[in-house]
Amino acid sequence: MSRTLSAPVTVAFDYTRSTGPVLGRFLTGLRDGVLVAGRTSDGEVVVPPPEYDPVTHAATTDFVEVSPTGTVVSWSWVAEPVAAQPFDRPFAFVLVLLDGATKPFLHALDVASPDEVSTGMRVRVRWRAERTGAITDIEGFEPVTDPAPPAPGPRSTLDPVTGVVTPVALDYTYAASPEESAFYRGLAEGRILGQRCPTCAKVYVPPRSACPADGTPTTDEVELSQTGTVTTFCIVNVPFLGQRITPPYVSAYVLLDGADIAFLHLILDIPADQVRMGMRVEAVWKPREEWGTTIENISHFRPTGEPDAAYDTYSQHL
Amino acid sequence: MRDVAVVGFAQRQMQEFDGSPTCVELLVPLFAECYEQTGWSRRDIGFWCSGSSDYLAGRSFSFVQAVDAIGVIPPVNESHVEMDLAWAVYEAWLKIQTGEVDTALVYAFGKSSAGLLRRTLALQLEPYTMTPLWPDTVSLAGLQARAGLDAGLWDEQAMAEVANRSLTDAEKNEYAVRKGGSSVADLLSRPMYADPLRKHDCAPVTDGAAAIVLAAGDRAREVRDRPAWLSGISHHVDPMSMGTRDLTRSPSTARSGAALDLDGVDLAELHAPFSHQELVLRRELGLGDDVRINPSGGALTSNPMFSAGGIRIGEAARRVWAGESDKAVAHATSGPALQQNLVCTLDASTGSTDGGDR
Repeated sequence: MSRTLSAPVTVAFDYTRSTGPVLGRFLTGLRDGVLVAGRTSDGEVVVPPPEYDPVTHAATTDFVEVSPTGTVVSWSWVAEPVAAQPFDRPFAFVLVLLDGATKPFLHALDVASPDEVSTGMRVRVRWRAERTGAITDIEGFEPVTDPAPPAPGPRSTLDPVTGVVTPVALDYTYAASPEESAFYRGLAEGRILGQRCPTCAKVYVPPRSACPADGTPTTDEVELSQTGTVTTFCIVNVPFLGQRITPPYVSAYVLLDGADIAFLHLILDIPADQVRMGMRVEAVWKPREEWGTTIENISHFRPTGEPDAAYDTYSQHL
Repeated sequence: MRDVAVVGFAQRQMQEFDGSPTCVELLVPLFAECYEQTGWSRRDIGFWCSGSSDYLAGRSFSFVQAVDAIGVIPPVNESHVEMDLAWAVYEAWLKIQTGEVDTALVYAFGKSSAGLLRRTLALQLEPYTMTPLWPDTVSLAGLQARAGLDAGLWDEQAMAEVANRSLTDAEKNEYAVRKGGSSVADLLSRPMYADPLRKHDCAPVTDGAAAIVLAAGDRAREVRDRPAWLSGISHHVDPMSMGTRDLTRSPSTARSGAALDLDGVDLAELHAPFSHQELVLRRELGLGDDVRINPSGGALTSNPMFSAGGIRIGEAARRVWAGESDKAVAHATSGPALQQNLVCTLDASTGSTDGGDR
């Protein structure tokens, strides 16, 4: 058995960015099926155009169209493409010096094997049929063959491109720490496990790899009581995506008996407006057959009916 | 300027760390080693600075969680850089120069194996015209290697010589995750991985962490007989775009090196995650054949993200402590194809005439 528990997780987000005038001009060109370069003060013709001149630092204002055909000046073979690259089959990343430009342009070349690529070979842009004003409007380069396909028609009647949306999704194997793993394995057996700091004797639940006060590894496992005290709470009134309980409901810090740090859980089986600091509560577990290595094994906490705890018993944990 | 030295260094590197992305359980023993080396406790550390990135392992605010490894009662003076450990060293060096503190412990950590590293790193690229193509780190380095091969600046023999020397030296490094030299002919008989790069031309994906202790003047002398004095430190950056710079050169390295006094350097630890990049760096720093390069085995044998650059500083420093080097140069890189570069010198003598704060 691995020391730690792990699970796959995907972090995904669409990055929305405004382009500014220079990149907007370039991306508008791509949508129209033309390559727009910038001319710099030292006479270079650069694609994509730099937003500011590398020598004078003035905003780039001198634009020129360059050819969709050019020459490979460097290449690297991609034998094992990763997700969202221009092709899902082996291809080459290439630096292409487009005819009319003086600096090379980075994109992909669609050929089947490294034997079909060489520095100096002639290549040309293959446009995507549906273009949105993004670098991916170019599917990639392809070797020059005759006859040339027809160039895309002008689409200059559309508004200029002012923004791009770039979806990003990253896949991870997410591991819990050894101490967190022990906590989750305990939950799968109906137990709540914490650890005690050998320096200050504080008990942390969930356990941490080191005591945040002392920096000492927490070593002694402690099984905690399933009853505790509400130290502080909030009433959730705001709906949000993925919400499982109808508002209003209570999210609270519960200080388990024997623990020195409170942990967050739900307080149910009582009207939200009757929850109070010092209220004594107990864990309510889901049916055993639904348990896994997860905090969700505990459905919620509910009042025990005991008298409220005195403020002094939890005042150091607020 | 105050004289500042590296006086402590600890590292852990592995192919796959069986632990959380916060790496707290990895940092605790590293800090313990630093306390043992210096005879200090956490209360003797005036400033803390860490290097990490949440993108690496998909855990938000992992650098906040990592602070658990310090222990923050009473509160500590702490900072973070989304960069390699070497840049945390730079921030700590500056902090000591302000006179606010005399000592610092900097650390970095990363669990590269949690994701697909060469893909994750596409997020450090220009977001409009590069990231949407997801150019992976290996491909970008391949474009750079090819540019030099085509220009006749290096050949695959020279690249394999770098790899073979690194793998041979790594046999003596307990933390190297790839080791074992063979011969240039053997390496060249191996298949291409990302033409023009073979696997041994590319740093292995590595998990790990490292910590470095800095101290000023007499605080450094109380720890070691031969502190490794940071007699110079400089960093520069080249354009992000792959098309607007000459990929066979590294102006930012050259400029950083020119800001330092490299005369008398006898050892170099260069952060070159790809074999040809060592050739670029040696040229830009003007290192002759008499300079011992990467006795640790270098990044080609172990390259934990966010600490591998700083590890170069630590490896160079411990050779100064041991008397194996009188003056070493350490280099760290960040960004695609050597885009950003930091260079520093580690000296057995301070160069100061009064032997202390000036």
